[in-house]
Amino acid sequence: MGIGSRIPRVDAFEKVTGRARYTDDFQMPGCLYAKIVRSTIANGKVLSIQTDQARQVEGVVEIFTCFQVPDIQFPTPGHPWSVEPAHQDVSDRKLLNQRVRIYGDEIAVVVAKDPLAAKKAASLVEAQYEEYPVALTPAQAMEPGFPAIHEEKPNNILAHSHFQQGGVPFEEAAAQPGLSLVSGTYQTQTVQHCHIEPVISSAYMEGSRIVVVSSTQIPHIVRRVVGQALGVPWGRIRVIKPYIGGGFGNKQEVLYEPLAAWLTLQLGGRPVKVELTREEIFSCTRVRHAIEFQLRTAVRADGRLMARKFTAWSNQGGYASHGHAIVANAANGYRHLYQDEQALEEDAYTVYTNISSGGAMRGYGIPQLCFAMESHMDDVAAAIGMDPVEFRLKNCMRQGYVDPGTGITCYSSGLRECLEKGMEAIGWKEKRLAAKDQNGSLRRGVGMAMFSYKTGVYPISLETASARMILNQDGSAQLQLGATEIGQGADTVFTQMAAETTGIEESQIHIVSFQDTDVAPFDTGAYASRQTYVTGMAVKDTAMQFKKKLLEYAGWLLKRPQEELDLRHGKIVEKTDGSPLLTLEELAMNAFYNLERSVHITAEATHHCKDNTFAFGACFVEVEVDIPVGKVKVLKILNVHDSGVLINPQLAEAQVHGGMSMGLGYALGECLRYDAKGRPLNGNLLDYKLPTAMDTPELEADFVETVDPSGPYGNKALGEPPAIPVAPAVRNAILNATGVALNRLPFDPQSLVETFTEAGLIERREAEVHV
Amino acid sequence: MYDIQSFYKAANVKDAVRALEANPQAVVIAGGTDVLVKIREGKLAGRDLISIHDLPELKGIFMEEDGTILIRPCTSFSQIEGHPLIQQKLPMLAQAVGQVGGPQIRNMGTVGGNLCNGVTSADSASTLLAMDAQLELEGPKGTRRLPLREFYAGPGRTVREHEELLTAIRVRKEDYEGFCGYYIKYAQRSAMDIATLGCAAYLRLSPDKTHIEQLRLAYGVAAPTPIRCGKAEQAAQGQRLDQQLLERIGEAAVSEVNPRTSWRASREFRLQLVRELAKRAIAQAVVKGGGEIHA
Repeated sequence: MGIGSRIPRVDAFEKVTGRARYTDDFQMPGCLYAKIVRSTIANGKVLSIQTDQARQVEGVVEIFTCFQVPDIQFPTPGHPWSVEPAHQDVSDRKLLNQRVRIYGDEIAVVVAKDPLAAKKAASLVEAQYEEYPVALTPAQAMEPGFPAIHEEKPNNILAHSHFQQGGVPFEEAAAQPGLSLVSGTYQTQTVQHCHIEPVISSAYMEGSRIVVVSSTQIPHIVRRVVGQALGVPWGRIRVIKPYIGGGFGNKQEVLYEPLAAWLTLQLGGRPVKVELTREEIFSCTRVRHAIEFQLRTAVRADGRLMARKFTAWSNQGGYASHGHAIVANAANGYRHLYQDEQALEEDAYTVYTNISSGGAMRGYGIPQLCFAMESHMDDVAAAIGMDPVEFRLKNCMRQGYVDPGTGITCYSSGLRECLEKGMEAIGWKEKRLAAKDQNGSLRRGVGMAMFSYKTGVYPISLETASARMILNQDGSAQLQLGATEIGQGADTVFTQMAAETTGIEESQIHIVSFQDTDVAPFDTGAYASRQTYVTGMAVKDTAMQFKKKLLEYAGWLLKRPQEELDLRHGKIVEKTDGSPLLTLEELAMNAFYNLERSVHITAEATHHCKDNTFAFGACFVEVEVDIPVGKVKVLKILNVHDSGVLINPQLAEAQVHGGMSMGLGYALGECLRYDAKGRPLNGNLLDYKLPTAMDTPELEADFVETVDPSGPYGNKALGEPPAIPVAPAVRNAILNATGVALNRLPFDPQSLVETFTEAGLIERREAEVHV
Repeated sequence: MYDIQSFYKAANVKDAVRALEANPQAVVIAGGTDVLVKIREGKLAGRDLISIHDLPELKGIFMEEDGTILIRPCTSFSQIEGHPLIQQKLPMLAQAVGQVGGPQIRNMGTVGGNLCNGVTSADSASTLLAMDAQLELEGPKGTRRLPLREFYAGPGRTVREHEELLTAIRVRKEDYEGFCGYYIKYAQRSAMDIATLGCAAYLRLSPDKTHIEQLRLAYGVAAPTPIRCGKAEQAAQGQRLDQQLLERIGEAAVSEVNPRTSWRASREFRLQLVRELAKRAIAQAVVKGGGEIHA
């Protein structure tokens, strides 16, 4: 039991038998169905809307337009709220918008008695627009004279940040004699989370209070944003979060909960459900930001990095959502993993455009950064003729590093050991050598990439978490949290933590999986790979308190000093030799019903976390490239992680597998495409090439377990990291195999054929023209 | 929920034909793997459906007296793939339909639906085209037969009249005896995908397996409809099997196809695939036939 054991997931049985209940399983009797009417232009203004025809459809209850919603702009990202106005999230949208900024923007909503009537009626709503030009990229939106997408930002730059360290400017440091200068432009694409469960929420009223049931990672934040968006006191909002079928950051966002809440408020408290189609989820929720990086590096012949310059433009899409935090995180990550001897200059821009809004997605800017940075590092190593791993080791972060920007400290690092394990497993030296001088149409190569990743959001934002334990008559206990299970296994590892610290067996700890903001302790939710670290501290504090109270009561009951007692494997025992004295059930029955001393034993703690630490890892991959048809076959792929102590190695492996699969999709095919008018071309699961099981190779996971002194159980981030290093490792393997450097994601077959043709690996032929 | 005006379950083929005659707006539904998608998209929303899904007379695979293989159109992809007659006599067809969508689609989707959709990407279409498959249609005026190569009228269109049903797909003995074949479905994914290009190479080797006696080369997505490459086929006839021959066939095929540029794939990329897949599919077919390609 406890930390390090491979216990089965506590929710495994419910989920594999189909009995686990999700948002749609909580539908209220008499529920109405909302269907959003979406703009058919990507940039402009709604002039008028006609609903007469739509109202004729049988079953329509009501239609609301953008001219009727409250004149309140609200923020949507799932950040902890800041009490300082300067650090608050950008409020740039209303429930429905007259000023539309993306294709498919919400301009009206139909509520009907069945989903088909709602859909039919929505298709009959007509709108007239004033149309503006459409920007798909930051470059287009920043062109002089391009109209402001949001009036608050006339040049469409949502934010620009600058960072500089070292005594000299980059240009001066780079101009010194004897240095090699390497520069490169690296472009990442727009991708979507593709969680299986759709975006769904429903709302109804109980008395004057609004109840929202939602598939969300962040119930307590949903409550706050619903209150803000409706202008309703937050105490009147109650949010319930059942099991969820994946979020990956898209549900670290308040999406349609405010609209559902507002609709039930308009309809006298009748239950209303808002469920999106897959197509709507692709286009109208959130995506991973496409970012262009320009990197310049000056390096000494012995491989020491002397100076670097970083410029990045992040494509925000139509609404701010998490906004500049994403590319700012990328800039921080660039500074963390490698250190320069003399200078680092960073400029990062986030720019509004008219594509789908960028938001949080697993890795929060670091997968984009890792692609650019780790591709660039291979290019730099090649320029000075150095082995890429040796070059990285010479320049990378070491234990004891303190980030000058944030004060985040590297308390533990198994990075070197991760690289050693990876090299050994893939056969690095032999295969790099064997890759030279190939000339057939099938070529093999190996590549790698590595990363560092913070654990939680301190000190950029608040880190706070609470937990509660409650004793039952049979000696078992409830564990209640504001932190959420979103498929990653949080409920299981929290149960293990509570077992470890209390001495109560896991089978006797009943975790309350669902959050209800009326009763769940406050926690900001699942994001930033924070919960095992931050919420883990709250669980540990609570469990210690709970155990202390149990021992105190046992001491009273047994008339023994509590210092002589311990709680092990669910029994009160002699501390010295472990001999049993009392079962927990005996203790609990007395605590509840003893005529002399009845006390309901509970414990509750908040942990305000004011620390952070770095997790590390690397991906090693061997590929076979089929040049004439542009296909990449992954022959072997391995991630090695230092996430500190593993709470449950079995769950850790599963988490790594999932992340690697996401990384392979990012590398080899996923890309949300738009036409010139900003209409999504492939926003569905047929045309958007999410890899299937048959496209996925054997995924290997390995670990280096350091003991991090700042983690509650020596643990560090693991949730997001596995997705980070895969794409650049694949890129570097293709480079090793073919000699062709691919600097634009994804490596889909057509892009590969085009690039290989440019590089002369495929004979160029003029296309025959038929008349 | 689907926007369906009415659903009529036909009692037999004649009943279905009569129902189609009576309702010019009606749509035939078999496995529903395409029709239901189109209803959801709105393209066929609010229509009357006539189901032929459960008609026994439209299901099954048989060998006729003269050795012709008869496939009834409502036979599912899974049934075709696993049927002993298909595996023995038309293994390339089993290979092709085994790559349609995913297992659920193959359990529901039918070969007749795949052809009657008229789409160029249908995995069974280019394969059956290489086999010179013969179709039988039944309408109010009786039945008519025509070769598959005369069935297509344009992208997504066939010569099937509104009140006609496809009732049989036949491959004659002379179109499979002695043939070996290989189908390559080129798509970005290994499952749940539509072909970027489909290539069926179907050929007969000389008795000593050093020459091609006859080649049939068919493509999907290389033109608005599935097509055969006559020039490439002629260029192969009686030729010695070597790498140069494959190159010549690939070049000839490129001169006959007419793929278009769409956001899914460019014309140039598809032409590269036309050339490359011809070589690969023929090489694989030769291996299936027990021959080899000389350097």
